[in-house]
Amino acid sequence: MIKRFTLMLLLAGLGAIFAGLIQNYVADEELNLTAAYYAAHTAEDIGAANIVTAIIVTYRGLDTLGEVTVLFLTAAIIGLVLSQGNRQQQQPQRKLPPAGELLVTGTRLLLPLILLFGAYVFTHGHLTPGGGFQGGAIIASAMLLLLLSNPMKRFSHRLITVVESASGLAFVIIGLLGIAWAGGFLDNRILPIGTFGELFSAGAIPIIYAFVGLKVGAEFSSMLVSLSETEDL
Amino acid sequence: MLATIAMTTGFLLILIGLYGALSNRNILRMIVAFTVANTGVNLVLVAVGYMNGRTAPILNDAVAAGEAISRIIDPVPQALVLTAIVIGVGITALMLAYTYKLYQTRGSLDIAKHTELKW
Repeated sequence: MIKRFTLMLLLAGLGAIFAGLIQNYVADEELNLTAAYYAAHTAEDIGAANIVTAIIVTYRGLDTLGEVTVLFLTAAIIGLVLSQGNRQQQQPQRKLPPAGELLVTGTRLLLPLILLFGAYVFTHGHLTPGGGFQGGAIIASAMLLLLLSNPMKRFSHRLITVVESASGLAFVIIGLLGIAWAGGFLDNRILPIGTFGELFSAGAIPIIYAFVGLKVGAEFSSMLVSLSETEDL
Repeated sequence: MLATIAMTTGFLLILIGLYGALSNRNILRMIVAFTVANTGVNLVLVAVGYMNGRTAPILNDAVAAGEAISRIIDPVPQALVLTAIVIGVGITALMLAYTYKLYQTRGSLDIAKHTELKW
């Protein structure tokens, strides 16, 4: 009882703080200094139509590298935590019911389309809403569909690791080329900026985002695979 | 107006998530509650970047590069939230993995059964 009362008191206090925040909130009329700089210079300097992409991949590219590293660490820790108990038994204790006809056929039909859509999203990240992280998540959803239609399916951990490491390495190498050939680490102007609004434009952004997409897709897939392998215990 | 609605919803989601995380004993329910609170934080952040009468920060035929400064909303919170969503997925996956290990050692998802760190 006293627990519930304390909880309610805490929530009421937080709610009062939030209400004060909302009431005194005044939306900006002008972009602030940083945002105005990004809005004014993206088209000219970066050549990307999607300003959010320009911020993530080029202006704050180092942060994205850190973010991808955090994801890699997460996937590695999950693999480590979940792998230990797995070697004891390979056969499931209970018999799994077969996946339905609809799910199996639907997976066969949808899988290539989902993979294609994921690749589209991460190669067009500089033009449309989307990018490497979203495309990678879409690709991982294709893996999830495969696992749903056959929970006992086993993917090669080695393949996932190779894709992940190779794309991470390529990301860093492109960043280092930026130091040698352009203004600094992860500068996208190692390739010509090209015509604004076309697929092959914005310098190295589509290439970087393709590698980020592959890496994120591989990391999410490795998490899903690790979690699904706990099912046979 | 739109920003206020989104912000209120976000704060409500944070409160609902905190309530769920603090009042439930089942660890899986706590994880779900945390993801709800996480969504609320993201919603508040995006709402802060919204400006009345402006459009998405993507330059195309509708928004020419020259007038972008007066036509688009703040792109920085959106980039921040993109990062936050991805990290949120990682945190959720980690919580699930640890929960699985806890279940393996103790055979229960009730937080009251895990007393090692209790004081």
